[in-house]
Amino acid sequence: MSAILLAILLALGVLLAVLILAGGLVWAERRLLGLWQDRYGPNRVGPFGVLQVVADGIKILMKEDWVPPFADRSVFVLAPAMMMAAVLLPFAVIAFAPGIAVADLNIGLLFFLGMSSLAVYGAALAGWSSNNKYSLLGSIRAVGQMISYEVFMGLALMGVVILTGSFRLGDIVRAQAGMWFCVPQLPGLVLFLIAGLAETRRIPFDMSEADSELVAGYHTEYSGIKFALYYFNEYIGVSLISALITALYFGGWLGPWLPPLLWFFLKTLVLIGFFILVRATLPRLRYDQLMSLGWKVLLPLALLNLLATGAVVLATGH
Amino acid sequence: MFSILRSIWYVFLHAFRRRFTVQYPDRLRRLPPRWRGRIILARDPDGGERCVACYLCAMACPVDCIALQATEDDHGRRYPEFFRINFSRCIFCGFCEEACPTRAIQLTPDYEMAEYERPNLVYEKEDLLIAGPGKYPGYNFYRVAGVSIKGKQKGQAEGEQPPEDVKTLLP
Repeated sequence: MSAILLAILLALGVLLAVLILAGGLVWAERRLLGLWQDRYGPNRVGPFGVLQVVADGIKILMKEDWVPPFADRSVFVLAPAMMMAAVLLPFAVIAFAPGIAVADLNIGLLFFLGMSSLAVYGAALAGWSSNNKYSLLGSIRAVGQMISYEVFMGLALMGVVILTGSFRLGDIVRAQAGMWFCVPQLPGLVLFLIAGLAETRRIPFDMSEADSELVAGYHTEYSGIKFALYYFNEYIGVSLISALITALYFGGWLGPWLPPLLWFFLKTLVLIGFFILVRATLPRLRYDQLMSLGWKVLLPLALLNLLATGAVVLATGH
Repeated sequence: MFSILRSIWYVFLHAFRRRFTVQYPDRLRRLPPRWRGRIILARDPDGGERCVACYLCAMACPVDCIALQATEDDHGRRYPEFFRINFSRCIFCGFCEEACPTRAIQLTPDYEMAEYERPNLVYEKEDLLIAGPGKYPGYNFYRVAGVSIKGKQKGQAEGEQPPEDVKTLLP
């Protein structure tokens, strides 16, 4: 009985932590963007502007929650929820510390890849159900981008799996006790980072939103809490990719004298900061540049990485 | 690829530079003295109004935001009976300041004039008149002009010679 209770509490704890992290990201992104753009972020509401999240939340809940009369109502309401499920579920397989994982599945990594494929539905159905040209264009771009970049995301991860011999995230972290995988798998890390940026539709791959070009892409018709869900999903996606990169390439919870959970958290935060730094730096890729980059450059590189890793492992017999 | 990484590094270094935001309203930006802000009506060094109600500023104004009416006091000195500037129309171009012959109307570096109701943006002479000479301290129009007012007859201005009695010019 207490084992079940502990499992439920762990699941709720992880859920709460992720949601608080995503909410904190709303504030952190604006402050960090300001830091790197020689300006202040929000600093009026509360100490250092931390209550900005509360202010944003109140604002967005007060907005009119309107479903367009020309839209497909049930799908319109379901799409953000589907996407949220698809980005929240992979947190269950991540091992935050030895013993702290909601479900350290032996196919954990494969589960994450499957869930990221389901996240495409959230974007696709949003644009389709909106019954609006710009939304449809945005969702077409989002779907094309996400599907193309998923192909070599899986291949880049295979390098890690070859070095470890298992899909279980706990095993992958333990296999990095000697040397973190960012060193032998540096091309794989870069590829997974780029793929992660494209999966969560962050800059420089946010052509599907394209704030100044495509109105708001596939979430043009959304307002109020449904839009807030999409906004949150982006931040939860960023947290997910950062947590995964930490677990897969940067040693997860491994580290000298701090508690393991704290190490995991700190590394994830540094990576989230890196995501925000990339947003502050890079211009947006044009859609055809994005697609040709994915298929013509990154997919062959992922295959080469896999080939090289496999050859070395086979030759040296690790 | 290298240029991308280098850009990311350079933007990261911006975290250690000074931020350029001026935190209004705790700190205010320093404005130059000729900054065209709120309009005022100045006075002479002797305390009288400088404005002679010549209508030049109203004619120069490109959006017709100045309204005034001239009148004379008992000693022949012209002054405006009312002087009204509609700040919801004013574009702060400074043409009125350039047109004024007596340096009466001036633009000051003040911009905090926000109101909740539009009629409150129409400033009357009492709102515009200030106690001092504004940006041009020593100038007194009536001391250099030839008009006669209380305390100064014709011929008593600076650099002016007394009027000739033409009867003495007869051969």
